[in-house]
Amino acid sequence: MASVANGVSMMEKKMAETEKKKVIKPLKNFPMEEYINSGHRACQGCAEVLAVRHVLKAIGPDMVMAMATGCMEIISSPYPYTSWNVPWIHVAFENAAAVASGVESGLKALRRKKRVPDKDVTILAMGGDGGTTDIGFQALSGMMERGHKIIYVCVDNEAYMNTGIQRSSSTPFGATTTTSPAGKVAPAGQMTWKKDMTAIAAAHGIPYTATACPTFFNDLQKKILKAKEVQGPSYIHILSVCPTGWRVPPQKAIEYGQLAVDTGVFPLYEVENGIWKLNRKPKELKPVSEYFKGQGRYRHLDEKLTAEIQEKITARWNRLVELSGADKES
Amino acid sequence: MGQKVGIEVSIAAADAVGLCDVDVVAAYPITPQTHVVEHLAELCASGHLDAEFVPVESEHSAMSVCCGSAAVGARTFTATSAQGLALMSEIVFIASSMRLPMVMFLANRALSAPLSIWNDHSDTMMVRDCGWIQVFCKNGQEVYDAIFHAFRVAEDKRVSMPVMINVDGFGLTHVIEPIEFWTKEMVKEYLPPFEPLYTLHPDKVVTMGAFGMPEIFTEAKKALDVAMWNSAPVVVEAWNEMAKLTGRQYMPVETYKADGAETLILAMGSICETASIAVDRFREAGKKVGLVNLRLWRPLPKDELRKALSGAKDVVVLDRALTPGGANSPLTAEIRSLMYGETARPNIYNMVAGLGGRDVTPEDITTMLEKALADQHKGYYIYGVRG
Amino acid sequence: MTKPMDQILWQEIEPGGVITEPGNASCYHTGAWRSQKPEYNPNLCIKCWRCYIMCPESAISPNYDTNEFVWNYDYCKGCGICAYECPAKAIEMQED
Repeated sequence: MASVANGVSMMEKKMAETEKKKVIKPLKNFPMEEYINSGHRACQGCAEVLAVRHVLKAIGPDMVMAMATGCMEIISSPYPYTSWNVPWIHVAFENAAAVASGVESGLKALRRKKRVPDKDVTILAMGGDGGTTDIGFQALSGMMERGHKIIYVCVDNEAYMNTGIQRSSSTPFGATTTTSPAGKVAPAGQMTWKKDMTAIAAAHGIPYTATACPTFFNDLQKKILKAKEVQGPSYIHILSVCPTGWRVPPQKAIEYGQLAVDTGVFPLYEVENGIWKLNRKPKELKPVSEYFKGQGRYRHLDEKLTAEIQEKITARWNRLVELSGADKES
Repeated sequence: MGQKVGIEVSIAAADAVGLCDVDVVAAYPITPQTHVVEHLAELCASGHLDAEFVPVESEHSAMSVCCGSAAVGARTFTATSAQGLALMSEIVFIASSMRLPMVMFLANRALSAPLSIWNDHSDTMMVRDCGWIQVFCKNGQEVYDAIFHAFRVAEDKRVSMPVMINVDGFGLTHVIEPIEFWTKEMVKEYLPPFEPLYTLHPDKVVTMGAFGMPEIFTEAKKALDVAMWNSAPVVVEAWNEMAKLTGRQYMPVETYKADGAETLILAMGSICETASIAVDRFREAGKKVGLVNLRLWRPLPKDELRKALSGAKDVVVLDRALTPGGANSPLTAEIRSLMYGETARPNIYNMVAGLGGRDVTPEDITTMLEKALADQHKGYYIYGVRG
Repeated sequence: MTKPMDQILWQEIEPGGVITEPGNASCYHTGAWRSQKPEYNPNLCIKCWRCYIMCPESAISPNYDTNEFVWNYDYCKGCGICAYECPAKAIEMQED
C-alpha cells in the first residue's frame, strides 16, 4: 500500500517528467499540410473525414482525386465552396472507379504525348461502402481488372449514412439501420453478413489490398504509401466509425475503431502480391460484446445472437490467421 | 484534297477519329456500333494511333471514363447505341452540365422491348434534353466529316460541350459508300490542339462536380442553356470553315426542292435520302413537294427552321420514334411548338415510321404524304402498322 | 472571396460549375455548431500530438513558440475526441 507521502512524491516525479516533455517536437513522418480544409460539414466526431485527412496527407499534393457521391462529397463541395486543396472531381455515385480510370488513362496519354508536365501524379478514387460494395461494385471490378494505376479507397461506415442510415451490403449482421430494423421477423436487424469486399478485391489478383482504420493512423498511412508505390491497382478498405449512424457519442469514434480491431470484428491485414499478412495480432481477441456495448445499432442483440456473431468472427479470424501464416509464427 | 475510297461508314468514321489524334477511347461493344470501336482498337494495337483504348465493363463506365479523361484535357471519344445509351444516360446528362468536351458516335437503334438491334431514333430521343450538341447525318461522307467537325466544336473554348453524332444503325453504319478522305494536313489545318478551359492537374488545383443547393441550381441550368445557344454560331462557323477546305457546305437546316413547295417533308438522318427520291417523283408529277432536312437537332436552329417552313401550306414530319400516350411524337412536338406562334402557320402532320428497322421506301413516303393530307390528321399516325 | 450562393448570378458561374479557389470552404465557420468547448491545460499536456492527429476538423495546431497546442474555435465542432483521447487528461470539455 502506498502511503500518502509516497503518492505525493510520485506525483512530483510525474510532474517533473512532464516538465521535461514540454517542448513540442515536430512529428516524424507525418505531413503537416492539410489537403481537406477545415470548414467541411461532416458530423461531429466523423472518423470518415479523419480517414480522408490521413489518406491525403500520406499521398501528398501530386494527386488527382475522383470521388463518389456520398457523405464525403456532400460535406465538402456545396457550390461555390470546396474543402479540397487537391484536384478533385465528382461525377456520380457508382462511377468513381471509372472516372478515375479516365483520369489515369487521359493523363497517361497526355504525358506520353508531352502535353502535360512529365511528373508522377497519383490517382485516388474514393467511395463509401454503398458506392463501393453495392452500386459501384461493377465499375470498381472493371478498374481493378483493367489494371489502372489507381489507389481505390473505400471509406466504410457500414450503411448509407448520407441518405439517413439505410443498410448496405457492408452493414454487419446484427446492426439495425432504417431499412434493417430489428423486429419479430428479423430479430438481428441486418440478417445478412457483411460483404467481404477486401477479399473480393484481393481475388482480382491486384498487387496490393489492405484494410485500415484511422485509429491506427500510422498503419493507415504506411498502407497508403505502399499502395502509391505499386504498379497497378490497389484497394484499401477503411473502417470509418460513424457516430451518427452507429449511435455512439462522437468523442468515442476513435475508441470504437480500436475495439473493432481488438475484437477481430475488423482485422487489420494486407494482401501484397498474393501474400496475406496480419498487421495486428492481439495475443487474445476481446469478446465482440465489448465492441457492441454502447453502440445504439446493436442495442437489441441478445446473448444468443451475440454468441452467433462471436462464432462467426472467431472463425473468420482463425481463417485469416491461417491464411497469413501467423499461426506458424512463434 | 484527300482520296475517294469505297469503305464501310463505321470504318471510315473510326479512321476519322484516328486522324484527329484522339487521346482516349472508352467503349463497350453493342450492335450496330461495334465496327467503329473494333477498328479503333485495331489502330491502337497496331501502333497507328497513339491513344489509350479503355475496354470498359459497361456503357455506364464508358461515359464515366470519358468524363475523367475529358476533365484532364484529353481528346475523348466513345461510341454506343440504344441500350448502351440508356445505361450511360445518367452520366450523359452530367457530362454536358460539367461542360466536358467529348464526341459520341451514336449508332441509332430502337430501344427494347421487344429487343431489337435495328434502326430508329428512340434512343436519341430519350436523351433529347441531355444538353449535348446533337447532329444527324444522312450519308457516309457526312458521318466522316462530322467527326472532325464534332471535335472542333466540342473543344472550342467558346463551346466546351459534348457533341453527339447520330448515325442510323445498319442503314448507314454498315453500308459501303464512296467517301472522300481527309489528309493529315487538312486535319491539322482544321482541328487545333485541345486547350481545355480547366484541367484536373496538381499544378493548378480545381474542384469539378460540386453539388448545387436550391439557391444555385437554377442559375447553373440557365448557364448551361445559354452555353447551348451560344454554341450555334460556332457550329455554323466550323461548317463554313470545312466548306473552304473540302468544298462541302453543311447547314443546320437543309432543303431540297423546297422553293415554292406547298407541301414539305421534314425529317432527320438517312431517311432524307429516301425522301429526296419521293420528292423527285412528286415534282416529276407536277406536285409542289419539297424536303427539309434538319441536321442540327440541338441547339435547335429555330430561325432557320421557321424560315424553311413558313412558306408551305402543309408540313409532314417523318418521325422515327414514338411517344406512347403523348400528344405527338418527339420531332413533331418540337416542330409544332416552334411554329405555334407563327401567323402564317402550316398544317403540321405527324407520321411515325420506320420503327425498329422497318424499311421505309420512297413509295411508303409517297403513301404517307397522301394519307396524311387526305386524313387531315391532327394527332399522330403510325404508318404501316398491321391490324 | 466567393459570394454567398444565393447572391451569385448565372453569368458568374464558372463553366461547368468548376471551383477555382482551392479550400475556400474555410470561410464557412463550423464552430457555430459547438455546444461544448475543449479547454486545454498546457501544464498537463505531454505534447504527444494525439489531439492534433485525431481531430477530424484539422482545428488543432502546434505553436512552437509557446509550446502549446492551439484550438481554432472557428472550426472546432466540439466533438470531444481530443479530450477523450488525451492520455494526459490535459483537455476537458466544458459548456460553451
